[in-house]
Amino acid sequence: MFKRWLRQTTVATMVALAPMAAMAQSVTQGGDVVVTFKDDVTTLDPAIGYDWNNWSMIKSLFSRLMDYEPGTSKLVPSLAESFTVSPDGLTYTFKLRKGVKFSNGREMVASDVKYSIERAVDPKTQGPGAGFFGAIKGHEDLTAGKATGLEGITTPDAGTVVFTLSRPDATFLHVMAINFASVVPKEAVEAAGGDFGKKPVGSGTFTLKEWTIGQRLVFEKNPNYYVKDMPHVDKFTVEVGQEPLVALLRLQKGEVDIAGDGIPPAKFLEIKNSADGAKMIVDGEQLHTGYVTLNTKVKPFDNVKVRQAMNMAINKDRITRILNGRATPANQPLPPAMPGYDKGFKGYAYDVAKAKALLAEAGFPNGFETVLYSTNTDPQPRIAQAIQQDLAAVGVKAEVRALAQANVIAAGGTEGEAPMIWSGGMAWIADFPDASNFYGPILGCAGAVPGGWNWSWYCNKDLDARAVAADSMSDPAKGAERTAAWGKVFTDIMADAPWIPVINERRVVAKSMRMGGGDNIYIDPTRVINYDAIYVTK
Amino acid sequence: MAFLFFRRLVQIALILLGVAAITFLLLYALPADPARMIAGRSATAQTVANIRRELGLDQPFLVQFWTYLTNLLQGNLGRSYAQKTDVATLIVARLPATLTLMLAGIVVEVMLGLLLGTIAAVRRGGIVDRLVMMASFVGVSAPQFVVALLLLYVFAATLGWFPMSGYGTFAHVVLPALTLGVLGAGWYARMVRSAMIDVLNQDYVRTARAKGLSARRIIFRHALPNAILPIIAMIGIDIGQFMGGVVVVEAVYGWPGIGQLAWQAIQQVDIPIIMGVTLTSALAIVLGNLLADLIAPVIDPRIRTR
Amino acid sequence: MHVLKSLVRQPTALFGLVIVLAVIVLAVAAPWIAPFDPDNQMFDGLSLEGAPLPPGGDFLLGTDTLGRDLFSRLLFGARTSLIIGLVANGIAVGIGLLVGIVAGYLRGFLGTLLMRFTDLMMAFPALLLAIVLAALLRPSLWIVAMVIAMVNWVQIARIVYTETRGLVERDFIMAERSLGAGHGRILFLHILPHLIPTAIVWGTLGIATTVLLEATLSFLGIGVQPPQPSWGNIIFESQSYFQAAPWLVFFPGAIILLTALSFNLVGDALRDILDPTQRGRG
Repeated sequence: MFKRWLRQTTVATMVALAPMAAMAQSVTQGGDVVVTFKDDVTTLDPAIGYDWNNWSMIKSLFSRLMDYEPGTSKLVPSLAESFTVSPDGLTYTFKLRKGVKFSNGREMVASDVKYSIERAVDPKTQGPGAGFFGAIKGHEDLTAGKATGLEGITTPDAGTVVFTLSRPDATFLHVMAINFASVVPKEAVEAAGGDFGKKPVGSGTFTLKEWTIGQRLVFEKNPNYYVKDMPHVDKFTVEVGQEPLVALLRLQKGEVDIAGDGIPPAKFLEIKNSADGAKMIVDGEQLHTGYVTLNTKVKPFDNVKVRQAMNMAINKDRITRILNGRATPANQPLPPAMPGYDKGFKGYAYDVAKAKALLAEAGFPNGFETVLYSTNTDPQPRIAQAIQQDLAAVGVKAEVRALAQANVIAAGGTEGEAPMIWSGGMAWIADFPDASNFYGPILGCAGAVPGGWNWSWYCNKDLDARAVAADSMSDPAKGAERTAAWGKVFTDIMADAPWIPVINERRVVAKSMRMGGGDNIYIDPTRVINYDAIYVTK
Repeated sequence: MAFLFFRRLVQIALILLGVAAITFLLLYALPADPARMIAGRSATAQTVANIRRELGLDQPFLVQFWTYLTNLLQGNLGRSYAQKTDVATLIVARLPATLTLMLAGIVVEVMLGLLLGTIAAVRRGGIVDRLVMMASFVGVSAPQFVVALLLLYVFAATLGWFPMSGYGTFAHVVLPALTLGVLGAGWYARMVRSAMIDVLNQDYVRTARAKGLSARRIIFRHALPNAILPIIAMIGIDIGQFMGGVVVVEAVYGWPGIGQLAWQAIQQVDIPIIMGVTLTSALAIVLGNLLADLIAPVIDPRIRTR
Repeated sequence: MHVLKSLVRQPTALFGLVIVLAVIVLAVAAPWIAPFDPDNQMFDGLSLEGAPLPPGGDFLLGTDTLGRDLFSRLLFGARTSLIIGLVANGIAVGIGLLVGIVAGYLRGFLGTLLMRFTDLMMAFPALLLAIVLAALLRPSLWIVAMVIAMVNWVQIARIVYTETRGLVERDFIMAERSLGAGHGRILFLHILPHLIPTAIVWGTLGIATTVLLEATLSFLGIGVQPPQPSWGNIIFESQSYFQAAPWLVFFPGAIILLTALSFNLVGDALRDILDPTQRGRG
């Protein structure tokens, strides 16, 4: 069993490393694909959509100045033909690709870029992504309602966009590739009268053909897309409201091509051990870490020794077993696939005796009572119970509170409320593949505020300063140095142990056997499913 | 009569107002913050504050409720926080599916319940009675989710008689309606049986029987009409029960109704949708009760005389 | 005594009574019978791949998805479920009877007010009420029982109301009234006895639905909090395993079914015995 798994992984890695050009030759064009999701698609407006299922659809409906090579986290110009960065890292000049058309027929020009980003930042849009553009000059004025545009974006001519930043931002090119930076035509937004999310117009690989509320969305290939032979399938239909278990039964019958929600735990072993299992399961790494936050503002977690003891008390191997081996134990905040991950770092090993000793040293020889929050969808309460049992072994009596996600988030963001929170079901994939995305909101001082996402309420000014310094190294030549600096931030943070990094969960997707393309297309590091790159083999 | 009817309409309006007020108050008291659900993990405090302001969530409770009420009276259910679309549009798009499912479910349970209950009452104490009652217990005691999955697994996945999920044709509605109906049928069978046994033991029925009336005539002319009253009351109540049941059944069979809409809105703390769905189902329930109360006197003349 | 004797005389009722008593005894004696700690997640309680173990071997009924002994969990779960079933249902029937009778008999302003309040509560989707209460209150066994009672009394009140209205119109009540009987006499001697069958039918059937409702509430986050077992959350935690690990659904399902069935059989027999219009008519 183990051998087969190993071989599969090796193949997956090879596919990931193979140059895209070589793969493209065997790709067939055409075909009609059915994808299912449990949750309805809320909106396809790129300035608003921030869900797990609409993220990839929006990626394919619209284009951005920058994008990633399919299946990788390598940045490439997309709507931009080329770009230059000033030596001080404060001015980015993009030359636009010529002849790109929106699906309403109009040609895209530089002012569309300016309009789209201003729209994403404008408070009236109620978009979640405004903060990503914080480095652009004039950002504060627009969010405070003092200006109607961003002075930092100028359009010298129809084919050029210039961004002026108020501070260097090493992640700026990633920001230009994020969904919120998608380019939209102003006249279509205005014509939709607030319903642009249901009537999207873009210049991506696909166009929205039909949307039957609560049932299905049909996406059709954009024949005018500016890259030849992209996308590969003619059409894909997203069926919503489909229970994952039912979706899987339908997939086994051939009615469904991709079960977007993955394989429920109850079905995983059955499918994995079936004859065709290997051809149907896509199992890949994602930028995910599951952790327990230790609230540094709640006794006794204000004591670093207690936090360290907690880190030694958790049997992470057992938790991966509960997840049927679909995860690996974690020892630092960054996931292994993220640049900056320190392979040599050992973290805190599982050691009950040492944990007890540390607790005694901290003044809790008989442990203490506390509360562990968790969301209430399977398998999260089960993992919380496993953690609860491990804590009991060192004398810590934790009451599990399994609540709806919104309530857990509310408790986490209320000062002094939640001593421990198991992040499962809430800590999603990084917005873009850069270590900085794992710091600010969830470990930095900025997030340790009421309503924030830093549920450890951990604030280390020294580390914050190092983070800012690392993000100022925007010169691409210093890339490696910057990555190393970030990696050190995350390993150093573990000395204070605000988290218990528990597992790195791999993503498992089920696809029908006719679907082609490498595993990294179905578990794309920057999308959920890369609809542009999937294809049908027969 | 017209006056009574008008008074009833006023009562309905008051009930809906009460439901709206209580729901709004409870949602307001929730610790969960809709603005943060929209903003997601990476949003800055400024972004969250801006979203809260744009949604009017920074206003005091009474101001928010007043705004909602005035909009409601103009027929405006507001816009969804997450979907940024008119709530009315979303509900109208999904309502036909839920109504179809409920109607089919009610047909299944009433037919099954009447049939089984009558048989059991007539054969009271016999083996048939025991079997029927046993079956009704099984129906009543089975978790709906498990029944739905079992039906789906056996009749759709394995035998392939029905489609596994979807909406639109008669074949699609069979399994969901059975899931909803079979559970309810147990209740109906029991109620019908109880009511009919009561009637069969009444003196006038015994007299009728003693006079030599045929069993069929007794059942159809005397016993059944008397058993109908509790059934009518049950159907009125059932609409409320169904509103809960459809959430589960719609989820399993991928049925595009308002149950799924409500469930997702609750997860996202999408208050306008939760309010909209609550009011819609409250309206359906209230109308169901009205119907039950209007029909009852027609069937049972004793009530009419008052 | 008379009631008990009549009960024992009917084989089905006896069967039900025996099962109900057995479940109660097992629940009370759970700590002495259970072979394992119900919350102990044993490392060898899962296969190497992390699958639960089937019945047989060390574990009489197999293990659940966390490697806990299912038999021990079911024993302890019986305590939780019985408490919720009896308490929640008792409260619901009590409130329902009170409101239904008063509203159905008195009518007038108070009656109308009570029924309009009942209508209001009935028009309220129960699920939402439960979720909001979950967020406001600290979930525990007693809160769960209370929430279920709050949701369930409404239907009983409505049925009782309808029946009371029907009864009030009957000749014998009319006769009593014309003879000058007081409200108390009519209510307690004539109306209440006629409603006892209804109360019992709902009371017994309600126990089964209460157990199931408790399971749904677990799912919504206001059920009995893990790891405390209840039949509801045992079956809910594992429902999607009905193919991969059928015992996780079959055993708790069968036990819920059997217990509900037994309560129903006992209730059904009680109904026959207690109903004054049926006494001595077999």
